[in-house]
Order: sequence, then structure tokens, then C-alpha cells
Amino acid sequence: MRIVTARRISQAFFLLLFLWFCAVSSFGQEWWQLRGWPVNWFLQLDPLVALGTILTTGSLYSGLVWALVTIVLTILLGRFFCGWVCPFGAMHQLTGFLGKWGKSASYKVGINQYHHWHFIKYDILLFLLAAAAGTLLAESIRFAFTYSPFRWILLAGTVSMVVFAVARSSSDGKRAASVGLVLVAVWTVLAFFFGAGQMLVASLQTGLLDPIPLVTRSVNLTLLSLADAYPQRLFASQRHYEGAWVIGVMFFAAILLNLRRPRFYCRFVCPLGALLGLLGRFSLWKITKKADHCRHCKLCEVNCEGGCEPAATIRTHECVLCMNCLQECRHGLITFGTLQSSSGEIASPELSRREVMTTLLSGVALLPMLGLSGNSGQNYNSSVIRPPGALPEAKFLHRCLKCGQCMRICPTNIIQPSGMEAGAEGLWTPILNFRIGTSGCQLNCVACSFICPTAAIRPLSLDEKRGRNGFAARGPIRIGTAFINTGRCLPWAMDKPCIVCQENCPVSPKAIFVREFFSTIRGGLLEIKKADGLNAEFRNAGLTPDQLATGDYYLQSIEPGEMDRRLIVGNTVSLVTVREDQPFLKPPKPGAKFEIQVRLQRPQVDVRCCIGCGICEHECPVSGLRAIRVTAENETRSRSRSLLL
Amino acid sequence: MTYPEDNHTINRRQFLKRSLKAGIAVAGTSLLGYGLYDPTGPVGTEDGHAGLVRLPSFSLPDIGQRMSIVNGVDRVASINLALKALGGIETFIKRGDRVLIKVNAAFASPPFLCATTNPELLAEVGRLCFKAGASSVTVTDNPINNPESCFTLSGLGESVRSIGAGLLLPRDTFFKPTTVPGGTLIKNWPLLYTPFEGVTKVIGIAPVKDHHRSGASMSMKNWYGLIGGRRNIFHQNINDFIKELAMMMKPTLVVLDGTMTMMTNGPTGGSLSDLKATNTMIVSTDQVAADAFGAELLGKSALDLPYIQKAEAARVGTSDYKSLQPIRAQAG
Repeated sequence: MRIVTARRISQAFFLLLFLWFCAVSSFGQEWWQLRGWPVNWFLQLDPLVALGTILTTGSLYSGLVWALVTIVLTILLGRFFCGWVCPFGAMHQLTGFLGKWGKSASYKVGINQYHHWHFIKYDILLFLLAAAAGTLLAESIRFAFTYSPFRWILLAGTVSMVVFAVARSSSDGKRAASVGLVLVAVWTVLAFFFGAGQMLVASLQTGLLDPIPLVTRSVNLTLLSLADAYPQRLFASQRHYEGAWVIGVMFFAAILLNLRRPRFYCRFVCPLGALLGLLGRFSLWKITKKADHCRHCKLCEVNCEGGCEPAATIRTHECVLCMNCLQECRHGLITFGTLQSSSGEIASPELSRREVMTTLLSGVALLPMLGLSGNSGQNYNSSVIRPPGALPEAKFLHRCLKCGQCMRICPTNIIQPSGMEAGAEGLWTPILNFRIGTSGCQLNCVACSFICPTAAIRPLSLDEKRGRNGFAARGPIRIGTAFINTGRCLPWAMDKPCIVCQENCPVSPKAIFVREFFSTIRGGLLEIKKADGLNAEFRNAGLTPDQLATGDYYLQSIEPGEMDRRLIVGNTVSLVTVREDQPFLKPPKPGAKFEIQVRLQRPQVDVRCCIGCGICEHECPVSGLRAIRVTAENETRSRSRSLLL
Repeated sequence: MTYPEDNHTINRRQFLKRSLKAGIAVAGTSLLGYGLYDPTGPVGTEDGHAGLVRLPSFSLPDIGQRMSIVNGVDRVASINLALKALGGIETFIKRGDRVLIKVNAAFASPPFLCATTNPELLAEVGRLCFKAGASSVTVTDNPINNPESCFTLSGLGESVRSIGAGLLLPRDTFFKPTTVPGGTLIKNWPLLYTPFEGVTKVIGIAPVKDHHRSGASMSMKNWYGLIGGRRNIFHQNINDFIKELAMMMKPTLVVLDGTMTMMTNGPTGGSLSDLKATNTMIVSTDQVAADAFGAELLGKSALDLPYIQKAEAARVGTSDYKSLQPIRAQAG
């Protein structure tokens, strides 16, 4: 079997496997629906996910160790992941192939040349990693500055090292070292003069452009939602995701750009490709040209996926190991081997010191800039309700990949990608919307916490979520609190019985309880025309027949001595009939005054019991802005938002 | 196709070099991955808390519970007399002491409305501390209104400057979590701690004010201004909370200024008609006793203020201030 065929089989296999994992991430009765499939496997293989979360949290969570496999293989082989495994890469290669269909060889060689803008992906990588490193940096600065002699040593040492390194730098390594030192120096000096304030923070933004979270999010939220619209095999009702079109536009733009240049995204944008390119610097095996009696026919570059110029000085950091050059070379000059390429090779991208430094600095500065909005503190947006098990907000943003797995798995479809609600740094992170789905957060469901690949939503047992057994003392996990808007609530504002919210409140004892209240209906103060034991005819009543026969209306005398409230069982335009076992003690006299009252049960929330599941909000018959709504106050994950002592 | 032999050698050497580098990279990555591996993920949902702090006691056990009550309209004369009655400020402040004064700067309102500690009184106490040899005097509070506005409009900032004392406005970084031993409310809660670092003596100076939720704001409630975070939550159980404040903060002495008492519309006041000239200055090493007496200036008794009973039960001090045999004097 030719190696290119093997590569195609591998790509097809992994693409199908990826799509299969996306498809089965649904909740239902079919055998193939989520039953322990390793649906996070591609995210776990992604070294950028591992590296990003290591920078923000200092730990490598559970399944993310799979990334070590990718890293080790990349160190040995180069960017095999891009060319052989990455499902997004496979999509690009396929559309790129269609884009070049029928074009001349010289045109194809032209679009497959290395372009100096390929470096942008390295900048993107550095920028995103720098943004993730803020907390680490702040911690190191704070640590260094806690010990006061250390700060002088640090300052003197760093300054002299930087001066030395900048003055003597010649090779790439020294250049990189000096860049790092300059960075440290800048921040040390800043911290020295201004103190390491609380603005220096981090959040994980790699998921915006990291291909695996990107393709997971795009397929989960847009492609499958559209594809399943008619067959409805995955979910019984149409899935909706707020602002999914933005995710879709980004996805299709990335795909369609392949028509201009094959693997456009991989070559220019992909931060994972950049990381793997850097990791493959010492790769033992690589594409090489055997000896320099090459005719420079450039056939090897006709279908070169990476744009790495194997005919000339090959750029191994751009090579995605598509192996097309191996096959195209009529002279068998190109091999995958351990030798140096005879026409030379460039192992690392050429990044200028200035460029790297600017990128890193702006990456580190991004989060403090976003932090100026102040919405991580007192000015937090209470409409941002995170799924149960979500870590405290700062720690949550240290881990969330924006991959959309929780949004996909949520059986009720209430987990939604946020727009700007959670701040710019919270774009596409999961927030709950109780209006959009099929219910609120299901009491006995912990699916999102189990699927989350990075524990931004940490795994919860049902016992912990419900506050049972070993967790009884701590109580259930609260994600917010329901508040009643008495100006919109039917029994509170409109004299209409309702209490749908109370009935649906799933906790026991119910967090929503009712207070009985008898309200005199509009125009309900009436005067007797004549009456017998069970029937009272009123003057100018103008009632709608049987309007009062619903079992909710009562007749209340306001005359002294006749104070009992009687249930009305029927009425005509002017005649009201009361329950037969509650006759008037003596028939009311003409002119006696009565009130027609409606019995209301006005709902009220017991904040001690409410877990913020939002089922009440979902069920509330006030269809637009609900009369009972959940906001994030009193959520378990934030003590500063608690309502009670 | 053949290659020169030496070319092979170079290649072999290069390959070994590369293998070594790759090997080191693989080993390094694996070690790092092993070292950072976290199989379980984070547990617990609450915000993390590091290193609890705890306020030491600043009281002087040798001196015991002492109290003086002076009648007079002039705060400066009254405080001098009240301290003199207890043996002068030298009894409490020694040479080299670093003194922290906790004022009540709660509101951005002018001094004549008496919603805040009187600036002349603060200046006099600070001056006396310096005179007794204090090496530093620092003033702090975490007020309700904007701190800069509070210290400016109340005149307390100018007062601090005039005597050469230091003013510490509550910075975010000054707050450290604390837990009050034996308490149930103040648990892992932010405390205005940094101003206490290196301090040897603490004096609280508070006016006597009406307070709708707790009945009265005096010496004990003054410590509310040492608490950070979303502290208004404690209004749900204010009496136990004030008791815990008093358990947390054991001052060297408290000065309770009843020269003008805010009788109504407290604790903000806002009108001269809210005030009543009660012409009394209290100095006490027992904050509970001081407040028990202060209650009477408000036309109440210690029994009207549950937090006084609770503080007494927690052995913070005594509500029977008469048992301290307070020294009474008349100024001017």
C-alpha cells in the first residue's frame, strides 16, 4: 500500500470517528447514544489543550494526559497529527482538493509555495499562551516579591542577564532566551514599581482558534443541529443555540478559504499546528531530499499540503507529513527518513525578537484590559448562570475550552454558548438559558459535569449535586436563585390563579410555597336585588355566565353578622349560586353588599431551598420575560454572592 | 547512488545529537506530564481561601477593666480629663508603641452632623499618643461611603495630617480572610488586616448613634468597619455579628464620644435636629461596659441591646458598667 493511501485511510478513519463521537453525544434510548463512548478523545489528544490548562491551572487533568502521546510522537515524527489525525485538517484537505480540481500543475505549485504570512499562526499561538500565562506570571512575581531580599536579587540578576543576552545574542536559542528575559525584566520592573496588582490574571482563550475545540463546537452546535432538523434521530426536538450562526460563519469561512489556498487555516491560523511545528524541531524522522541531483521540476510541490517547499530548502515546521511529495517525485529523491535534506532545511520558524516580544506582551496585557470592565467582581452579570459543578468564575475561565461538549450533551438544551454576557473572555462559554430548551436543569442529571474534558465543570456525583448522604451537611449545589417578579406574576398582579412554578419545583420540600389570598375582583362589590338560601341576584352585575364557576371564586358578605365566605358554583348575568352545603344563614336582604373574591395562591421563594434549576422559569406561563426568573445570586460556587448567612 | 563515507559519519553524529535532543524533550515532557498529572480534578465549589489571619489581643490584662466618664461640652478638655482619671494616656501607651486608631468614618458627611468620629477628638487622642512616646500613630477605617470622600468630608483626613499621623485607606490588598474562634458568622471572611501589621496598641474612637437595625452604634459596632467583602449580609443577624466583632477585636481601650448623641435617623443622621447634646465622654478598657453606659445616653438600657447581653455571655466584658466603679469627673 502506498503511504499516501495509508494517510488517506487514516484521515478518513479519524474524521469519521470524530463525527461519530459528535453524533453519539446525545442523550437517548438508542444503543449508540452516549454509553461511555470516549467522546472527548480528540480534545484530550490536543497538546494545546493540555499546555493551555497547565499554564492556567498548573495541573494536567485526567484524560488530558493523552496529549503526551501526541507530543512524544510529534517530537519524534513532526506534525503527523495535522496530516493524519486532525479531523479539521481532513476537512480542509478535502475542500482544498476540490478547490484545485482541474487546475494546472503550475497554478497548484503557485498556491502551495511558502508564504511569509505563515508566521501569523505562531503569533496567534504565542498571544493565546501569553494570555493564559498571566496568573502564573502574577503568582511568580508575587512569590518573588514576598521575600524582600529576593526582589533586589531578582531585579539585579534579571537586568544584568538581559543586558548580557541582548548584547551577545547570535543564534536563535540565545535570541529566544533574551526575549524571555526581556519579558521577565519588563514585568519585574513593572511589578517593582507598581506592585503585582490583581489585574494580572489569565484566562484560557486557546479554544477560540484551537482546531479541535473549534471543530467540536462547530459540528456540535451548528452542523448536527441543522443536519438533525428533519430526521430528528439525535434529539426529539430541534436543538437551538443562541448565536450559533457566528460559530457557523467562522467554521464555514475557515472551510471555504481552502478554495483560495489549500489548508489555509492550517497554514496561516492554526495555533495547534504552530505548536506542533515548534515541538517537531528535533524530530528524528522527517521529509528529506536524498541528494542534490534534483531537476527542480517542482512536481513535489504540486500537492504539498503544508506549503513547506520540499523542492527547495524544506521548512520542516510547516510540513504536515501529507507525503504527497514522496509520491509525486519521479526520481524517488524524497524520503521520510533521518538524514538531513541535501538542499538544507529550516527547522524553526523565523520569528523576530521584536515580533515575539510584542505578541507575548500584548497577550499578557489582554486580560488586564478586559478586566477593566470589572465584571469579575461586584459588577458581575447575574444573568450568567453556569452549569452545576462549574468552578468559581476565574477558575472556570482558566479551564473552559469553549468546545461546546456540555451544550451538546445537555438533554434539555439549556446550556448555551454565551455571547458577551460573561465578558469578552467568556465568549462561547456555557451559560444556562431556561427559555430556550425543553425544561430547566434536570434534578437528577450530571451529564455536563461528566463530559467536560477539562473539569471547568467538575465531575459531580448525584449525591453531591443533590446534597445527599455524605454531602447532606453541605446541601445541594445551587446554580442561582429564582426571584418572583410580582408585577408580572398572574396571582400577584392579575388576580389569576396559577402556581405552575410551585407545582413544578422539583426539590423536596419545595422551594416555592404559596400564601393564600382572597382578592376582590374588579367591579366585584355588588348589591343584592333579591336572594334565597343558595342564590343571590345582584343589581347591575353584568357577569359573564359561568365566569365564576371555576371553583376559584367566592362570595363574601361585608354585612356584619354574615361574614362567611362561600364558594361560588355557578352564575348567570346577575345571579350567583353558592355551594349547596354553604347556604346563607338567612337570605340576604335587598341592598345588602357582597364582594366577589378570587382565591389566589401567591407563590413565594424560600431561598434556603431553591437550587436555581430554572424549571419554574421554563414553565412560567408568562411567555416572554418570565414572572419567575433565575439569576446567579446565592450560587454555591461563589461565596461573595451568597444571600444568606 | 552513493554517498561519501565522511558524509555518513557526520550524519550519524548529527542523528545521535538529534536523538539525544529528542530524547531529552520526550523525557522532559513525560516527566512534566507525570508531575502535573491530576486524576481527580478540582473538588469543592467555593472560592478558594488561603492563609487565615487572626487579630491578636491588644488589651492590657495588668490594667484590668477600667472606665472613666466625664461630663463636659468640650471634647478636647473631656478626653484629657477622662484619660487623666485613668492615670493618663501613659498608662496605656508606652514609648515606642505603634498605635492604630480605628475611627468611625462611615459616611461622607461633615463633622457637625456627628455621623462620624469627631476630628478634633481624633487629633487630641493622636497627639496624646505621640506625647506618650508612640513611634507611630495610624488611622484607618473601611467606611460605607467612598473612603476618600469619607475621610475628606468628615475632616478626619485633615485631622490625621495635622498631627503627623498616618492614614491607611482600605486597599483591596489590605483584606485577608479571618475566622473568629468560637464564632459562627465570621468564617474565612475578609478582614482589614494590613493596618494591624506591626501594631502594638489599638484604640477605637466612636460616636454614640442611633442605629435602626441594631438599636445603637457605639464602640462594638465600630469594628464593623474592619470587615470587608459583602458585609451587609450580616444584617440578617446583626446582634450575633456585633458580638463576634467584639470577640474578634480586643482593643487597648475605647473612646466613646457622647458629647453629641445622634438620637434619631441613625446611623446616617443628616440634620442637626437628629442630635442631642449629652455632653459625656467615656474612656474604657471594657468595650461592653462603655456601650452599656452609652445606651443610656440614647435613652435605652443595656437590656434593649441584645448584642450587649450576647457579648457579656461570650465574656468579652460586662454590661454592669457600675461594677467597674467608673471614675466620674466634670470638665470645665
